[in-house]
Amino acid sequence: MTLASTATTGAPSGQRPQLVIDKVFKQFGVGPGAVTAVDHVSFDVKPGEFVSVIGPSGCGKSTLFNIIGGLLDEYEGDVLIERERIAGPHKAVGMVFQEESTFPWRNVIDNVAFPLELQGVNKSERLDRAHHFIDLVGLKGFERLMPSALSGGMRQRVSIARTLVSQPQILLMDEPFAALDEQTRLLLGDKITQIQQDLNQTTLLITHNLTEAVQLSDRIVVMTYRPGKVKRIVDIDLPRPRSSDVVSSDAFGHYVAEIWADLREEASRGMADSESARRGGSRG
Amino acid sequence: MASPSFSQSRAFPILLGASTFIGAFVALEVLLRYGVVNKYVVPLPSQVLMSLERIVVEENIVGRMRDTAWEMFVSCIAVIVLGVPMGALLYRWQPLRRALLDWVAALAAAPLVLAFPLFLVIFGRSATTVIVMSVITGLAPIVIKTTEGLLGVRSVLINVGRSLKMTDAQMLRMILLPAALPVIFSGIRLSWTFVLISVVGIEFLINLGGLGQLINDLAERYDLPGTYGAIGFVILVSVIFFMLLERVESWLRPAR
Ligand SMILES: Nc1ncnc2c1ncn2[C@@H]1O[C@H](COP(=O)(O)OP(=O)(O)OP(=O)(O)O)[C@@H](O)[C@H]1O
Ligand SMILES: [Mg+2]
Repeated sequence: MTLASTATTGAPSGQRPQLVIDKVFKQFGVGPGAVTAVDHVSFDVKPGEFVSVIGPSGCGKSTLFNIIGGLLDEYEGDVLIERERIAGPHKAVGMVFQEESTFPWRNVIDNVAFPLELQGVNKSERLDRAHHFIDLVGLKGFERLMPSALSGGMRQRVSIARTLVSQPQILLMDEPFAALDEQTRLLLGDKITQIQQDLNQTTLLITHNLTEAVQLSDRIVVMTYRPGKVKRIVDIDLPRPRSSDVVSSDAFGHYVAEIWADLREEASRGMADSESARRGGSRG
Repeated sequence: MASPSFSQSRAFPILLGASTFIGAFVALEVLLRYGVVNKYVVPLPSQVLMSLERIVVEENIVGRMRDTAWEMFVSCIAVIVLGVPMGALLYRWQPLRRALLDWVAALAAAPLVLAFPLFLVIFGRSATTVIVMSVITGLAPIVIKTTEGLLGVRSVLINVGRSLKMTDAQMLRMILLPAALPVIFSGIRLSWTFVLISVVGIEFLINLGGLGQLINDLAERYDLPGTYGAIGFVILVSVIFFMLLERVESWLRPAR
């Protein structure tokens, strides 16, 4: 590999960041019932870098995802793409959502080809490119089925293919693998890293899965449980090109243990919180 | 011997439907002949059947069916053409929705037919009166269901569209309407029911034109078998309309 020297440490560290999240703050509601979902979160992502944001359920990850994607307007702080503050969804960004988001009235191939249809790509090229990404997410042979005939994990893979098909420069994904079993998750992770490396795609992955984050990322942003702040940013110095085999290495285990220590603290705070809320609820 | 899968076959529902119909027909005939049901109120089914030839030959049933079907067709198309955009407008503009949605619901329940003298004054004793009154009668369900369907579209689907930077028009055509289509169709079905009843009802009431007037005439002549025969033709027309609607629906929404 010609880029071996830079590839071993992930993205070249001297580069100007492509995506900057600067003191982003978001509160839902007002007064005593207000929930601070994202509390002055700052980090940046360099071109071609793969960054994961990890944190316990309810810590504000999806809120942050929606802000970066330009879907939520009312927040404090700045999100910059190529040094410009975003105003609404940015054309360089492709998003994969946490919830099921296939179009139930389109079959698999028409779902995946949808963004190309919007771009006015002609039909034969559209179908060619859609086929390529359907194959990549392991759904070859299912092209003509409607989403209702697929499993939850298969539908999620359709949405991933639909976002990848337009080859966005910046890829935002909110727990895209949550509905998948561990094996499919690892293999699909390989495919995603491969495309990401081939296209030098800047990727921000939201997840609550620790092994997935370490397997895929150059850096991991660990968030605290409410209010969602950045607890720590960990560089993952595992060699690239990387495959799912990396999960059996010592270095991998070391990173997982290190981040788990941070995460456990936050997750147990989250659990205690919801338990006391439940007790409070049943008493009142 | 019927095979076990016969009840799954395509012919089964048709045969079951037809035999139920014939069974009811025969049962009624028997009840009437034995005097359990009064013959002066309900005519014998066999007489109704025999009256068909008479009303076809003497009462110009084909022409009347054409008139009625035409009024129904225009009204049915008009409720969709007017109702869906009105529903979309109520969806899009929240103040309007808050102001009007309850009134639209009230419209659905209002006995508009009582206002027929007003429409007679405005449009005369004409097909226009029948169509205008039927459209107003049938409009509310489509408007309400369109608004409801659009409001019910999952926000993640809208977010997919926004993230792809779709224009408002693309969003409406490619995401909102297809997603809301099943609910909109339930509104269309309700509206069409109102429209079909209303067309015949108003023809009857103002004694104009198609099948409604024929029923009125025959009833006034105390030709009971003929009256029921004519009602049969009304049902036939309605069945044709709903069969067409089902075709259109299955063409617009592939199996989900
Ligand atoms: N539209 C909203 N209105 C009010 N509160 C909201 C809204 N969206 C999110 N919240 C609150 O903000 C907090 C963070 O929610 P968010 O969906 O961002 O969490 P998350 O980290 O994505 O969780 P998960 O891992 O379970 O998906 C939660 O307490 C949630 O109740
Ligand atoms: Mg989330």
